[in-house]
Amino acid sequence: MTAAPQPVSGMQTVLGMLSMPKGLRLGVGPTIAAIVLAIIVIASIAAPLYIPHDPLAIDALHRLKGSSEAYLLGTDAYGRDVFSRVMMGGRVSLFIGVGAAMVSVALGLFIGLVSGFFRAADALVMRIMDSLMAIPSILLAIALVALNGPSLWSVISAITIPEIPRVVRLVRSVVLSVREEPYVEAAIALGSSMPKILWQHLMPNTLAPLIVQGTYICASAILVEAILSFLGAGVSTEIPTWGNIMAEGRLYFQIKPMLIFWPGLMLSLCILSINLLGDTARDLLDPRLKKREA
Amino acid sequence: MIGYIFRRILAVVPVMLIVAVFVFLLLRLTPGDPAAILAGDAATPAQLERIRTSLGLNEPIYVQFTTWVDQLMHGNLGISLISNTPVAQMIGQRIWPTINIAILTIILSVAIAVPMGVVAAWRHRTWVDYAVMSFSVLGFSVPVFVIGYVLIKFFSIDLRWLPVQGYTPPSQDFGKFLSRAILPCLTLATIYVALIARMTRASLLEVLGEDYIRTARAKGVKERVVLFRHALSNAAVPILTIIGTGFALLIGGVVVTESVFNIPGVGRLTVDAILARDYPVIQGIILLMSGTYVFINLLIDLSYSFFDPRIRY
Amino acid sequence: MEFKSRDFAGAPTLLSIENLSVRLAGNRDARPILDDVSLTIRSGETACLVGESGSGKSVTSLATMGLLPKGVLEVSGGRIVLQDKNLLDLGPQAMRDMRASHLSMVFQEPMTALNPVIRVGAQIEEVLDAHVRLPKHEKRRRVLDILDQVHLPEVERIYASYPHQLSGGQRQRIMIAMALILEPQLLIADEPTTALDVTTQKQILSLIAELQEKHGTAVLFITHDMGVVAEIADTVHVMKHGRIVEQASSGDLLRTPREDYTRSLLRAVPSLVPRPPRADAGSEPVLQVEGLMKYYGRGGWFVSREPTKAARDVSFAISRGRTLGIVGESGSGKSTVARCIMRLIDPTDGSIKVGDTEISTLSRQKLRPHRRHIQIVFQDPFRSLNPRWTIGQSLMEGPLNFGQARGEAMARARELLALVGLPEDAIDRYPHQFSGGQRQRIAIARAIAMEPDVLVADEAVSALDVSVQAQVLDLLDELQRKLGIAILFITHDLRVAAQICDEVVVMQKGRIVEHDTAANVLGNPRNAYTRSLIEAAPGRGWDFANFRALPSASVEKTDLQVPTE
Repeated sequence: MTAAPQPVSGMQTVLGMLSMPKGLRLGVGPTIAAIVLAIIVIASIAAPLYIPHDPLAIDALHRLKGSSEAYLLGTDAYGRDVFSRVMMGGRVSLFIGVGAAMVSVALGLFIGLVSGFFRAADALVMRIMDSLMAIPSILLAIALVALNGPSLWSVISAITIPEIPRVVRLVRSVVLSVREEPYVEAAIALGSSMPKILWQHLMPNTLAPLIVQGTYICASAILVEAILSFLGAGVSTEIPTWGNIMAEGRLYFQIKPMLIFWPGLMLSLCILSINLLGDTARDLLDPRLKKREA
Repeated sequence: MIGYIFRRILAVVPVMLIVAVFVFLLLRLTPGDPAAILAGDAATPAQLERIRTSLGLNEPIYVQFTTWVDQLMHGNLGISLISNTPVAQMIGQRIWPTINIAILTIILSVAIAVPMGVVAAWRHRTWVDYAVMSFSVLGFSVPVFVIGYVLIKFFSIDLRWLPVQGYTPPSQDFGKFLSRAILPCLTLATIYVALIARMTRASLLEVLGEDYIRTARAKGVKERVVLFRHALSNAAVPILTIIGTGFALLIGGVVVTESVFNIPGVGRLTVDAILARDYPVIQGIILLMSGTYVFINLLIDLSYSFFDPRIRY
Repeated sequence: MEFKSRDFAGAPTLLSIENLSVRLAGNRDARPILDDVSLTIRSGETACLVGESGSGKSVTSLATMGLLPKGVLEVSGGRIVLQDKNLLDLGPQAMRDMRASHLSMVFQEPMTALNPVIRVGAQIEEVLDAHVRLPKHEKRRRVLDILDQVHLPEVERIYASYPHQLSGGQRQRIMIAMALILEPQLLIADEPTTALDVTTQKQILSLIAELQEKHGTAVLFITHDMGVVAEIADTVHVMKHGRIVEQASSGDLLRTPREDYTRSLLRAVPSLVPRPPRADAGSEPVLQVEGLMKYYGRGGWFVSREPTKAARDVSFAISRGRTLGIVGESGSGKSTVARCIMRLIDPTDGSIKVGDTEISTLSRQKLRPHRRHIQIVFQDPFRSLNPRWTIGQSLMEGPLNFGQARGEAMARARELLALVGLPEDAIDRYPHQFSGGQRQRIAIARAIAMEPDVLVADEAVSALDVSVQAQVLDLLDELQRKLGIAILFITHDLRVAAQICDEVVVMQKGRIVEHDTAANVLGNPRNAYTRSLIEAAPGRGWDFANFRALPSASVEKTDLQVPTE
């Protein structure tokens, strides 16, 4: 199994950090997913530049209209332009998804690293995490929003808190298995301090699984935001999000199902692409899968 | 074996205790006056005072906690701020539709998902595998209520095969129960099936790479025997685990599905409580659902030793 | 020493592999995994297939069984003929029918080769279910009978046991029972004793020989161990890089090897005759262990169970420039001792002195400055180096911890690479670009970078092929002469111990049972357990490196002054 010496480029170093195979090739599905996601992200971010109407402007004369040249996807019960609302709604939904993913991964990484290494803290932290996981996440999020009010940050934290235990468990399991590796024991013998070992030897091993987990959290956060809004426990109804638009469309579902259909389609496409990319990342990064293919 | 069961049951106690502490602190540690948050902006001082007395917020925090735990021990989940009826009683009136729907959903999901996962693993990298995986990703990506509305639109409004909404208890008319429960169950089952099928496939694929599978093939046994006797029995533990942890998803789904299909269960009660800011009800439902989750996972934990003889000490 | 080398000139051919080639599935351009392999096995014969890792011996056996991993490897040419039937032409069902009834296989890892959730009796019965129709009680009778034939005790209890309730040796007996219950003409054994201790290995080898005799089975035995070859083979096929390089009867091969490769393989086999004794400088010991104890698992709140005594009252000392070996089978506690000394685990009781410092009671924090005096090299070269770090980073880790400047540490790393015989440009490369032997050199360099007084080598050459093993042992010897380090060498392999140790400690069940000079322990063992270990060493009567028998005196008697080479 001797590999010939190879030149090492910066890119290879980065790929090496993520233990990604060289000559990365995406399949058809993931490529489409990446393109769809890119379009949704760019269209959402750039929405203020091109939307034809103020997404909040009420127009009593044009309520529940079908699609026309002026209103591409028609109007809602208050006469607001559905197209403008859906495109602007994407900004908030994506922000919540990315925000929740980053916060929960960062906090989970910290707690997981610390508890994975300090046995004294470990038992208590894991009991707390087990208990948090025992509370169904939607109910916990509902309670948090009910108490903290319908602000954007309260929704993000309501989505984040139930996700943290899952990240902690993942990080901890990686730490526990890598801690047994001879190279970590060698580092102990070489007199490296615990924080140094944690950060330099153990943390890099958690990155690949965390990237995968982060994409899944992002997808699930967008989904949970929609569910919270749908249940009336989401972001204030003045802010258009995909969830809010659908929640308002419920009442008119039988006469105008498109009010739910369009935001639902955008939401599903967005989550589908993120999940597909997450799966692809997992297949590429999971060493167990790789071993089987080798 | 008895000692093992005893220890497993004992391990549940701290988990439930921390859940209780957590739920308790949720209200008390909220920044600002919890009574003001619950009463809303237009509350009068008298209303605020009534909420404070009802939740015991005027007492020192440790007194609040001991009273609260003492009440919990006696099955008292508190009093609703809106209707003034005990929360336990309110839940009791709404629990049966939820239980019936949940049981039907679990049976349906396992019956669909496990065979799907097995076939996908067996026919790894064929169109069957890709179809199962695509369904699974789709199941994770479409919100429950969108699935619900699509099913209603298609089966009830367009085809008129099934009633749009509503609920009939199975004891009253089982046929009617089924015809009204089938769409909510399918809706709920989607994500659960996606989850279980995915896990079944993944753990089977892992087991199929084990040495003892090669041994079985070296003995000349049929592929069917390899798959079901050798592989599936070893994949049982992770599959059971995901059925247990997936139960949390099911609870979230119930809340949504019941309001889409207008079923008078605990899920509807939750939504009504959110809209009315009736915190004691939300709190009671959280405790009950967490307890159920912990109990189901305890049962699953104990059943491991039945599937894997190594887990017995 | 006598070889089997029975004459099979008149025996009918049972299996003939003709020009077999195997390649990576769907890859026509890559170098084939097996290239034009041909061999024949006659009825009743034991043929050994030897070679180093990656030589293609396991692939040959899997191809014969029709068990090549689907979609990964495929046969690209040749024939495998068993009794006039080309196995490669058979369909899946026909091939299934052949397995276990005509040819069967025993694998290397008995711990993972049995299904953990099915009772072993049922697993053996499955063979009968797949191939013959028998009434229930008759099936049970035959299973109990074969369990008896493989010399398992209390066959009724074993029949109803799960694999995890049995030892490694017992599980391998179950595998053999399973393979032989239908009395196939050919048994393929793929390193069946490699994962076992020497004493168990000896029992399994004699069991296979006994059953082979009884049923007239031919055996294709795959091994990397020339000692095993000397014990059991009639004929030997030497493989290298997917090709067969030499075929001969075992006597001819071991006495008069024709090919250079075979000769180099044999030369690398370490001799059981200990190295010539070296003068002890008589200096102060650099490592002193007194009354070391390590107990595991005293039970928790609700269970009280007897603690496992992994190390009991272990005492020894090493002085500068000397090598002390700790020898023992798995579970003897030898690695526990090494890990206690490194303070990777905390000893339950006892004293560990490095130089003048007592380290067994220091807190982790207080211990750190003393760590540089004692370093370790682990067994698995593939896990000893952080795969994300360049070799330079790994070599500099320790010196940087002790305040060396970066530039200085880098310069030192380059020197160290030269010292362990690696090119200077290795410093910017990653571990995956090196072979196992090279990685082990790097791990040694990393340890040496600390200028330790003591180097603990925990099975440091056990995962390496013999030729590489010899080179790494030479390196350790050379470094010891240059730097005067004391080495604590942990190994299960008496041959390796004989080559490098001045003194040998034999451990059994956590206790030291014998401690003496290498010459005395290996040449004149006083303890019964030590004797049984030596007697179990395969091929102990043969001097492989010199292609001749050892003078019988050196095997049996005390006085051992025979130089190795």
